[in-house]
Amino acid sequence: MELHTLTVHELQDLLASKQTSPQEITKAVLARIKAVDNQVQAFVTVTEEEALQLSAELDGKDLSGKLAGIPYALKDIFCTRGIRTTCSSRMLENFVPAYDCTVVRKLSAEQAVLVGKLNMDEFAMGSSTEQSAFFATRNPWNRECVPGGSSGGSAAAVAADEVPFALGTDTGGSIRQPAAYCGVVGFKPTYGRVSRWGVISYASSLDQVGTLTKDVRDGALIMNIIAGRDSLDSTSVDLPVPDYTEFLDKDIQGMRIAYPRELLQSGIDENIERAVKNALLKFEEMGASVEEVSLPHCEYALPTYYLVATAEASANLARFDGVRYGLRQAEAENVIDMFSKSRAIGFGAEVKRRIMLGTYALSSGYYDAYYLKALKARRLIADDFARVFADYDLIVTPTTPTTAFKLGEQVDDPLTLLMNDVLTVPVNMAGLPAISIPCGHHEGLPIGMQLIAKAFSEGTLFRAAHAFEQNTDFNSLRPVLEVK
Amino acid sequence: MALTIKEVEHVALLARLELDDFEKELFAQQLSSILEYVDKLNELDTDGVEPLAHILPIYNIFRKDEVKPSSSREEILANAPLVEIGQYKVPKIM
Repeated sequence: MELHTLTVHELQDLLASKQTSPQEITKAVLARIKAVDNQVQAFVTVTEEEALQLSAELDGKDLSGKLAGIPYALKDIFCTRGIRTTCSSRMLENFVPAYDCTVVRKLSAEQAVLVGKLNMDEFAMGSSTEQSAFFATRNPWNRECVPGGSSGGSAAAVAADEVPFALGTDTGGSIRQPAAYCGVVGFKPTYGRVSRWGVISYASSLDQVGTLTKDVRDGALIMNIIAGRDSLDSTSVDLPVPDYTEFLDKDIQGMRIAYPRELLQSGIDENIERAVKNALLKFEEMGASVEEVSLPHCEYALPTYYLVATAEASANLARFDGVRYGLRQAEAENVIDMFSKSRAIGFGAEVKRRIMLGTYALSSGYYDAYYLKALKARRLIADDFARVFADYDLIVTPTTPTTAFKLGEQVDDPLTLLMNDVLTVPVNMAGLPAISIPCGHHEGLPIGMQLIAKAFSEGTLFRAAHAFEQNTDFNSLRPVLEVK
Repeated sequence: MALTIKEVEHVALLARLELDDFEKELFAQQLSSILEYVDKLNELDTDGVEPLAHILPIYNIFRKDEVKPSSSREEILANAPLVEIGQYKVPKIM
């Protein structure tokens, strides 16, 4: 039995029956990282020493934590006390936080074992993980292809069996799109469902923390732990957190599923369209009803996203000024010169481009024409979803228009790159929960299907996604990596 | 609409971002094409539409103003590029 290949719940079963130990699992995972990460390049930092020490301590202990002895890794956007947190940027290359973010505190309280920090597009801006200031992560299914982004390291590490689960963040699709490209399960909760305290901000009205897992049950298990109100994050919502695993074994008889015709027309690869149509037939077979609906304003979601996200980013990233943390250019005449020079060498091209656009959209004389206009368009997009959800439980779409593209193929044109997010961005505009699950393969690369539910109806997503997973076998195929 | 180099320089100053000549040319081009793309929003009639800043039905969140434990000065200053007598040090402001 190869421990590194198992899911969280499979490892928990083995631990409960004393067939393995926390230390044995952690060692297996660290060995796997050593064997394959030179090909995948998912990790920015491996916390081997800390992980071995913690798992050794757990070996002797009563394993009372809900994730006792389960290894995991984090997108390098989550602040970890005493462990370098870079956001894959030169700006934060040597930044060592003085505190843990709330979700890490919650996972530590349940005795989970952190094994490292994962690569991403710099400051979560990108769709391929090629915007990392350090190196590009590879897709485990085909190393010439990107893993998606911005949580590309998180998706690739889970797909390559380097960790049983990872956390990511999703602003316009940054969990779901890499999950689709890497053939894993990516879960983005409702805006406000999970605390973002201690998570480095990109676009504050859109960012949400979520999970990348090998199956749907693991997503529900992790959400049980990380969801809920946090007094340190005033945007986290004070609603009771249900036991998400209770939704898993309910059937989907009578569930009302909608698929939006616009999102099946926006340049979707025919193989992906076919895979999703087959999935819809499967849902019908399982007792759901499927009907076509219209989301007429979805075609405006990308330009709306581009303005809202960059405007918020330009304000959020103002904090990186070379004073309190991060890179500083010492040779400067005065303080403004120091800010400008530090930011010039600390940020990469994509980050600079988005700061520039956002600053422009918020600047005097342009605010109404761009930012305010985008917020109004955002209302129309959210209203479309509300109308559909008055009559339906679930919306189904492909997660991405194509399978993973090749490295270097799309780096030059910011607008082409943005098209990867055409199906995921509308969901963030409306703050809804969504999940991407595998629903097929084409030429050796996975295809992802996106399920979207009403705000705070995460349980509906777990119920439908789990039913689909149980009645199909798209999740059984794993990428093959040469072990060195 | 096309952005001039002068406008790019103005935005870069607002953003506290020093750009070299190559970047100025590149961003003038790229930002112009992005702005042309987002002009698509003008197809929408948004008269009377309430702007949506975020989706939560919450407005102000209050808490008691209490002293609580926080990180020590040393821990926080440990990440600063330049520190003197327990404070951040920056180049001259005036």
